[in-house]
Amino acid sequence: MPQYSQFQPKPYRPRMSAFWYFDRWPYLLFVLREISSFFVAYFAVLVLVQIYALSADPTVYAAFQACMRNPLMIILNAVTLLFMLLHAATWFNLVPRVMAREMTGRQLSDLMVAAPNYFVFFGASVIIALFILRIL
Amino acid sequence: MAETILLEVARFLPERDTEPSYQTFEVPLRGDWMILDALNYIKDQLDGSLGFRWSCRMGICGSCGMMVNGVPKLTCETLLSTFAPGPVRIGPLEHFPVIKDLVIEMEGFLGKLQKVQPWVVRKDDFKPQREFIQTPAQLEAFKQYTLCINCMLCYAACPVFGLDPEFTGPAAIALAERYNLDSRDQGAEGRTDVLSQHDGIWDCTVIGECSQVCPKHVDPSLAIQQYKLTATKEWFKSWLLPWGNK
Repeated sequence: MPQYSQFQPKPYRPRMSAFWYFDRWPYLLFVLREISSFFVAYFAVLVLVQIYALSADPTVYAAFQACMRNPLMIILNAVTLLFMLLHAATWFNLVPRVMAREMTGRQLSDLMVAAPNYFVFFGASVIIALFILRIL
Repeated sequence: MAETILLEVARFLPERDTEPSYQTFEVPLRGDWMILDALNYIKDQLDGSLGFRWSCRMGICGSCGMMVNGVPKLTCETLLSTFAPGPVRIGPLEHFPVIKDLVIEMEGFLGKLQKVQPWVVRKDDFKPQREFIQTPAQLEAFKQYTLCINCMLCYAACPVFGLDPEFTGPAAIALAERYNLDSRDQGAEGRTDVLSQHDGIWDCTVIGECSQVCPKHVDPSLAIQQYKLTATKEWFKSWLLPWGNK
């Protein structure tokens, strides 16, 4: 860095705002993607609690179900679902960028790498939905 | 006079101001004008003291990068008329120290560029007697990264660089990867120390805006993620085969 003197005054050094992620939509999307990890962690814990309640006696599971029917829990879980979908989609889209590019001598397109992730995701979701709706 | 448009241009005189402010100019709205033409109109007709960098006017030299309505752009290839009816806000590239008006200091960037050794490094005493033959596939491996013009738009789009000015940054890492992937180069090992550290590739949080704003369609974000993969593989190799590099 050059030495600053009377004839070479100091430049202005900008400072980033603490709310820089509101400046542009891609930045906000990035921050939402990072925040989505909290919801993934929350849901993982919730599933563990559910499994514990299932393995304990039926009154515990009934209490768990009653807790889940609370409107606040329904709102929290709906928000969690949205963040989980965002989490899945954003990371699926990043898979082609972190995969080894060379396979069988030629480069695979981004779509070819990302598509199987979506395929498995939707396939698994449909099967689980069929179980929950008691069709299977 | 035909239609006009308002340009809000950042002004900063280091001897006088403590921070930049915006000055509004009214310029003709001509269909064939780029933002740079409007800035030159201001300099020639309205206020000769306006400072900004430019040179080739055709998106090759990479001098005229500025923030146009908050987005980093090469002003020589950004049509003024697309911002009608205006006003258009022109500022210096974000995250860089400002020397005057729209002129930023690029010392830091040039230092980083030098650190990654963006040239062909050979271990042997290489004196080719004829041209070095590369296959089309070998060329394709690094070709897109050769298109970088060092305009620094990717740095202005990168919040990580804004928060941590020590971050090696998109263009420097992409150029390092350009030589790492070149079949003539043998210097990848020497670049690892600069690239595979916290201020190097591991600072990147994959926002991806560097690749979106690149005027030459280089994909620095891809270079960084691919190098993360390479560095991880090398780390595992050195861990599993500690005698491998000796």
